[in-house]
Amino acid sequence: MAELVLMTALSPTMEEGTIASWSKKEGDTVSTGDVLCEVETDKATMEYEATQEGTLLKIVVTEGSSARVGDTIAVLGESGESFEELLASAPAAAPPAPEEPSTAETTPAGESAGVPAADGPAGVPAPSSAPAAVPPQVSPTPAASGRIKATPVARKLAAARNVDILLVPGSGPDGRVTKADVENFRGVPTARPVSAGAVAGLPGADERIPVTKIRSVIARRLSESKFSAPHFYLKSSAEVSALVRARSSANRELDSKVSFNAYLMKFAAEALRRHPAVNAGWQETEILQFGSVDIGLAVDVGNGLITPIVRNCANKGVVAIDAELQVLIEKARNNALAPEEYNGATFTISNLGSFGIEEFTAIINPPGSAILAVGKTIATPVVDEDGDIVVANLMKLTLSCDHRVIDGALGARFLRELTQLIEEPARMVL
Amino acid sequence: MPEIQMREALRQAIDEEMARDKTVFIMGEEVGEYNGAYKVTKGLLDKYGPKRVRDTPITELGFTGIGVGAASVGLRPIVEWMTFNFSLLALDQVVNNAAKLRHMSGGQLKVPMVLRGPNGPAEYLSSQHSQAFQSYYAHIPGLKVVAPSTPYDAKGLLKTAIRDDNPVVFLESEMSYGWTGDVPEEEYLIPFGEADVKREGADVTLISYSKPVRMVLAAAGELEKLGVSAEVVDLRSLRPIDESTIYASVRKTNRAVVVEESWPVASVGSHVAWMISRNCFDDLDAPVELVASEDVPMPYNHRLELAVQPTIEKIVDATKRVCYME
Repeated sequence: MAELVLMTALSPTMEEGTIASWSKKEGDTVSTGDVLCEVETDKATMEYEATQEGTLLKIVVTEGSSARVGDTIAVLGESGESFEELLASAPAAAPPAPEEPSTAETTPAGESAGVPAADGPAGVPAPSSAPAAVPPQVSPTPAASGRIKATPVARKLAAARNVDILLVPGSGPDGRVTKADVENFRGVPTARPVSAGAVAGLPGADERIPVTKIRSVIARRLSESKFSAPHFYLKSSAEVSALVRARSSANRELDSKVSFNAYLMKFAAEALRRHPAVNAGWQETEILQFGSVDIGLAVDVGNGLITPIVRNCANKGVVAIDAELQVLIEKARNNALAPEEYNGATFTISNLGSFGIEEFTAIINPPGSAILAVGKTIATPVVDEDGDIVVANLMKLTLSCDHRVIDGALGARFLRELTQLIEEPARMVL
Repeated sequence: MPEIQMREALRQAIDEEMARDKTVFIMGEEVGEYNGAYKVTKGLLDKYGPKRVRDTPITELGFTGIGVGAASVGLRPIVEWMTFNFSLLALDQVVNNAAKLRHMSGGQLKVPMVLRGPNGPAEYLSSQHSQAFQSYYAHIPGLKVVAPSTPYDAKGLLKTAIRDDNPVVFLESEMSYGWTGDVPEEEYLIPFGEADVKREGADVTLISYSKPVRMVLAAAGELEKLGVSAEVVDLRSLRPIDESTIYASVRKTNRAVVVEESWPVASVGSHVAWMISRNCFDDLDAPVELVASEDVPMPYNHRLELAVQPTIEKIVDATKRVCYME
């Protein structure tokens, strides 16, 4: 059945994108993960990867033309299939109704919006490499529009004191900066701009950026972890083709698509269930083996990161995990997480695949003793069992372990289990 | 200084002005033989006789019109409405004649009259007899409107109203006729357009007028316990209105809560809130809050009757909001 391909938010602030070029032409076969087209956003030119499969039946928005997020840019389906009726009912490049939340701010990037995301198979909601559980923060969140909420008198006072109001953490509703916030602000005054007649090309002045609350919590917790827990690292590559196929087929039958991260969390939970000694924490006088598998996912919130936790993952299916994850990520972006929603992960996953990172090492997020760093899926030539060179879709996994709790062999058994589960999802039922 | 009731302060003002100026007279339902529905005119019939203290039939449009006519030919009538709920019947005389004759006659006529009586809710009077109509009158250019909250202010403002050469709508309150306060024996006048800071404070400006001022002062006492220093501005005069006192206070505290007992839509309070938002924009640390009556006809059920009116709790809550305390 023919499906519409919709313009999606490829950057957090994107409202509209221009098709720079089409990588596929009408009649071409498209597989999940293929680059369909390149889109110029407000930030950069991004690759638009297909999350649907089929034949490109129709290019609706041609090269050089632009489309708002949510507009139809193409139609996919079976070769020769009729799609005119579908297209006629599509939300194609019509002026957006004002009440429709069409901007990126209300459409979280990633798969929760029900539209294809720009990231690869490891399509993730903005992860980051340095996970830490930190309180949701009331802070300078200069929205991408450059607007910041501040009361008029706070602005006047900031101007009088030569303080950049963008740097002042706001304590009012939605982070509104109040007069008291400016009065209590201990940051540095704005540097005076160089006079207009200054010679162009001079080096910029040093800038002192006050440490926000979230930044100081990240600094403290990760220093503690890195300096007290002796880290060691294990690396593995997982062949994800089977998982991509399984997910793709499951997604076709589900009301909303389940994110790749939800699968990773489920596999990690199962591996932890089979190796409970990894699901544990160092408590100085004893090792606490956690009864529940509570997995945190590092989420980038623009000015820091936070790790919302899906509790009891071992006893939940991917649909349930994903549903919780979407709610938590939305809350994380709105600084609305409750402490119990980000404190106390027994295991953590950080996924930078969508940034094109091939592999990286992450710092353990206490009280857990291990963190999994997930890289981008890369098509790689490998030698198969018959000695032939074939293309494998490999995703690099790096496990950071706290040696006080996890020895090399235990970590290796766990990582092998996890890799096998990802490569052969049917092992889940073993 | 003697402590007297509000009704006595009003009586003294009328008495003194009638003694001072023979053109001053009062008329209305029950003002003479019965000494006033609320005893504001007690003893005046005996003292000044039936020519200057006139009982009228129950005909608000008629006797208000007689007042307009008398004022336009040189007398200074005080028209008492038994309540402002009945003043609706006289509205055409007030709006089209009292407020307009100076304009329509090119300045040849003036209408020095006072239209006074209790306004706003009392108790157990249900929807038709519990209305606060200040915005009806404050809306009209050509009228002056005052709304005192204490015996002292009531006397000083009423004497000014009687001497004013323009129609003055004087809003009293049934519930406050028995309130007492210090009133000096020597004569004094309070000019229109001057608000009174009833309580000094630093953190928030509570603006009110008429009967609710007393509740606002009580709320300020509750706020003190929460560590909030509230300044209470009593407008006293709604038209003309003392903008400079309002703005000076808000510029000091950066926060404002307006409290009144009329409905909130197109009210005096919503107008004041707009003036603050417009003229103190750069000084505000929070949106201006308005605590008014709920936007419903007054219920007869006493619990509901109290619930729809401003309360100390509502004022404290609104103040917490502008102080970001919740």
